[in-house]
Amino acid sequence: MIHQSAIVTADLLGKDPGWLIIVKTLLVFVFLVIMVLLSIWGERRVVARMQMRLGPNRVGPFGLLQGLADGIKLALKEDIVPKAADRIVFILAPIISATTCFMAFAVIPMTGQVSLLGRKTAFQLTDLSVGVLYILSIASVGVYGIVLAGWSSGSTYPLLGALRSSAQVISYEVAMGLSLVAVFLYAGSMSTSDIVASQDKWWYVVVLFPSFVIYTISMVGETNRAPFDLAEAEGELVGGFHTEYSSLKFALFFLAEYVNILTVSALATTLFLGGYRALPGLGFTERWLGGWFTFVWFLAKLLAFLFFFIWLRGTLPRLRYDQFMKFGWKVLIPISLVWTLIVSTLRALSLRGAPTAVIVGFTGGVVLILLVVGSLFEAAKRKEQEALSSVITKPSHFAVPQLPMSISTHRVPSAPSRSMEATDE
Amino acid sequence: MNLYIPILAIGAVGFGFAIFSVLAAALTGPKRYNRARLEAYECGIEPTPQAVGGGHIPIKYFLTAMLFIVFDIEIVFLYPWAVSFDHLGLFGLFEMVIFIATVFVAYAYVWRRGGLEWD
Repeated sequence: MIHQSAIVTADLLGKDPGWLIIVKTLLVFVFLVIMVLLSIWGERRVVARMQMRLGPNRVGPFGLLQGLADGIKLALKEDIVPKAADRIVFILAPIISATTCFMAFAVIPMTGQVSLLGRKTAFQLTDLSVGVLYILSIASVGVYGIVLAGWSSGSTYPLLGALRSSAQVISYEVAMGLSLVAVFLYAGSMSTSDIVASQDKWWYVVVLFPSFVIYTISMVGETNRAPFDLAEAEGELVGGFHTEYSSLKFALFFLAEYVNILTVSALATTLFLGGYRALPGLGFTERWLGGWFTFVWFLAKLLAFLFFFIWLRGTLPRLRYDQFMKFGWKVLIPISLVWTLIVSTLRALSLRGAPTAVIVGFTGGVVLILLVVGSLFEAAKRKEQEALSSVITKPSHFAVPQLPMSISTHRVPSAPSRSMEATDE
Repeated sequence: MNLYIPILAIGAVGFGFAIFSVLAAALTGPKRYNRARLEAYECGIEPTPQAVGGGHIPIKYFLTAMLFIVFDIEIVFLYPWAVSFDHLGLFGLFEMVIFIATVFVAYAYVWRRGGLEWD
């Protein structure tokens, strides 16, 4: 039943005549550009409110045209290619970033069936049977833009920023990819419209909540946004990989970043929040107001995610790089692997028609095992801490102030050795 | 095949926009030559190893990239398995548990050897 509705969408889109493809392509492009301009404005306004400021309110009504004004200002700046830069790659990098970010949005279903200029279609550029995989692969190509920009600048900060940024993106892509397995398991498909269609009863945010949490965290890491914006930590790296860029080339990177945010948010909406589906109990809106009203639901969910991004930026301080990588590799990846195993076992049990008692028993067993493992971890950590604090609080022969050990939890073992050297002297 | 044409279309639009921006920037901006402006973004001195000239990259990033490939291939196997899970039955489940356990051994090894440590 699920597959049937998806075939309908793919068929519907396959029958689009050439002019309709062009119209829809332009519509999607304009939608993305306008959304970027508005989300830059929205971000600055909301962050300003969170910091008890007003934010941009001079250009146009409520400062709405601020993004456009910034773009024009950037266009009027000098276009610099540094002497040490590799000229061709330096120009190519922002083009790669900007092109791929738009391409990734092609498979996002934004409405159900609608009529556009007298034709029955759906507001979705195309529907591939490997839709989500396609988005992930295009996102990977987008990393080339970052790496090449940093490498070709011929400067230290951009190089370090690019390395960090790409390591970060690929690390969190693993966690993101693993969190999606559970969704494919339940939907039985990788096509975006299939996945939306399969959420007719329950959204996957309810059914697969841990996957949703892992995806949400890793999508912030994937887009280099606060609190994971280590690639452009001003205090360490100036501006990150685009330090040497100016004028509209810089604007292209900026655009790519925001389009990527839109894409991951739209993907989260599609995979976990039912895409263009109405909130539970409000399904009648589509019947009364026509297919285009589904776009409102999609937009509302998208904006909720955008607000979430801004909220994070206004609330959380930036992580340290080692903490960030540790979190990605040592927490998110094992959790998503284990979760994948649990979900697939549950799915297999319910498909075999296992009695509820078995399922409940299995779930209880898993929870018990996780609790035991967690408490073992905690105990090991506490032991380590105690061992450390006993070493460190040993009275020193010198009148040195105690090191605040609660702050520097990293590389702690080197601290006592240093004090030992001091004694030798 | 028709379904891939819109991807090319949006790619062409994005590419055109990017090319237009890059070209426009060269025309709209001022051009005031200044020797210092074309140097790398540094405080005075020229940094020694440059990327383009063959600077060195910390090996940690290479290791991360290798680990990424290992896990990405695992994901490549997991996706088709997840899509056809309902048809594979218990056999598919057991096979995948064995596969994930195997990768987990490698993962535990990397963890134990400090491959996941950053400083």
